Amino acid sequence: MTLNKIFKNTLILISACLLLSACATQKTVTTDGSQMQGDVYTGTDTVKELAPGVPDRVFFATNESILTTASRETLRKQAEYLRKNSSMNIVLEGHADERGTREYNLALGERRANAAKDYLMTYGISASRISVISYGKERPVDSGSNTLAWSKNRRSVTVKAN
Amino acid sequence: MAILRIIIIFFLFQVKSYSLIEVDITRGNLNPLPIAVSPLATDKDSKQKFKNEVKVDDLGAEISKVVENNLITSGLFNPLPKDSFLQEPDIAHFKPRFEDWKLIKAQALITGKVEYIDEKLRVEFRMWDVLAAKEIMALAFTTVPSNWRRVGHIITDKVYERLTGEKGYFDTRIIYVAEEGPKTQRIKKLAIMDQDGFNTKYLTLGNELVLTPRFNPTNQMVTYLSYFRNLPRVYLLDIETGIQEVVGDFPGMTFAPRFSPDGKKIIMSFATGGNSDIYTMDLENRVVERITNHPSIDTSPSYSPDGKYICFNSDRSGYQQIYIMNSDGSNVRRISFGRGLYGTPVWSPRGDLIAFTKLHSGKFYIGVMRTDGEGERLLTENFYQEAPSWSPNGRVLVFYRETKTDDKGEGFSAKLWSIDLTGYNERQVPTKTDASDPSWSSLLSN
Repeated sequence: MTLNKIFKNTLILISACLLLSACATQKTVTTDGSQMQGDVYTGTDTVKELAPGVPDRVFFATNESILTTASRETLRKQAEYLRKNSSMNIVLEGHADERGTREYNLALGERRANAAKDYLMTYGISASRISVISYGKERPVDSGSNTLAWSKNRRSVTVKAN
Repeated sequence: MAILRIIIIFFLFQVKSYSLIEVDITRGNLNPLPIAVSPLATDKDSKQKFKNEVKVDDLGAEISKVVENNLITSGLFNPLPKDSFLQEPDIAHFKPRFEDWKLIKAQALITGKVEYIDEKLRVEFRMWDVLAAKEIMALAFTTVPSNWRRVGHIITDKVYERLTGEKGYFDTRIIYVAEEGPKTQRIKKLAIMDQDGFNTKYLTLGNELVLTPRFNPTNQMVTYLSYFRNLPRVYLLDIETGIQEVVGDFPGMTFAPRFSPDGKKIIMSFATGGNSDIYTMDLENRVVERITNHPSIDTSPSYSPDGKYICFNSDRSGYQQIYIMNSDGSNVRRISFGRGLYGTPVWSPRGDLIAFTKLHSGKFYIGVMRTDGEGERLLTENFYQEAPSWSPNGRVLVFYRETKTDDKGEGFSAKLWSIDLTGYNERQVPTKTDASDPSWSSLLSN
């Protein structure tokens, strides 16, 4: 009973905070909708560029490693850039959100990074140029515990290795 | 010979029939046994010598506090306040005045004395059944003075075993991951401490990410995951010498390590090409064996105590569930069928139960089920908690829990907690820093 109550209160607090922060930053976001499609992050908040116009990361749905249309578009741009810079090697860093056990999430991060690797390879990028590392839920980019934060954390980030 | 045998049998029979106190640990204990822990008596000369050597004013009293604290955290005993004791420690140890102890409602009494002899610490202790007015246990041993906290733990183990009929778990250590810093750049170190939170030592410096340390059940070796040089691999560490080595020569991430019950193998996951399967490596001949071969994620393996079976975590049904197989990988069957996701199965050292983490409707649970998947019991519920590890007697689980520390739900702290198999007696285990991924050692002495 008390646990339930605490849970409800916390929920109210969290949603209040979300509303407040939304007002403070003058965003017109009333839900997470404009930055998420389904539960895949589509915003640009944490995204960096590998090169001008080439986003460095792709995002995933909960417990999934399937690439969305937008992710495939990002990876096509990355492949094009890597073909032009043929001496460049990359590391794909796979991540999961915090809602999973540590060991399973390590495996899930590895699976996500490999999904990105496989797609880059279909555009002619040699496997020898790509290494993969999974951080599981150990390196979130957003420390929050809400659907938007989790969606930013489910990612595979392409990092230059040399 | 025949006469001797009869005498022994008679003696055992007598002890059993006249011992009135016993503690039932199979149910949640709502009436902890009132017990008086008299400070261990110390003569003046010994007291001074201990003070010089280990910087403790009254070593006998301090050891009794260690015992008392252990008894409290077990949830089974209620140590009575010392200011109600009428008898001096040295006299009580020689011959208790049972009516005095009955008066303060003690059912059991622990007395003892410590002496400094030949640069050693000699301990003698006795346990008394107050209602039956008789001694029920007496023991003496000698150790180096710096080991004095362990003396308290060993006494507690003997008391626990005598009164519950099962081995204790107090002379043990917990290895865990000490954490600090913001969540996005968390610094993690391997740390080890006594089960009561004292004598913390850090085994790594925090330069690389370390996760999931686990004790060898037969000695003081540890296996864990380290991101040394950005290559996540399973390592083997001797905590006495500090020497460590990579386990096997895998061309990719190895993780989720545990020892086999005989301590001779490490079982773990190896991830390559987006697929994780379970492997073992024999520590003597270095032979690597593949145990599972399935396109799904197979991880978190844990042996049954007889070594014949392995429970593990797989998403071959689409989501994380718990499976069991023979130790050669044959006869795989799913055992978790409840609502939600199941992870981190750990086989009880008693063999009858599997502890797990369950995720359902945005909450995390620590629970246990029988090895056929029946009889699921959820012991504790919270926002984030996982990684149960069994006490060596299989009666208590230690796990870690994250809690939010500010209103935005952003700040957080991670701590170790323990809970009885009964679901009662949930307690925070004291750690110097934030902590996660606990693993309980076996008993150090026996």
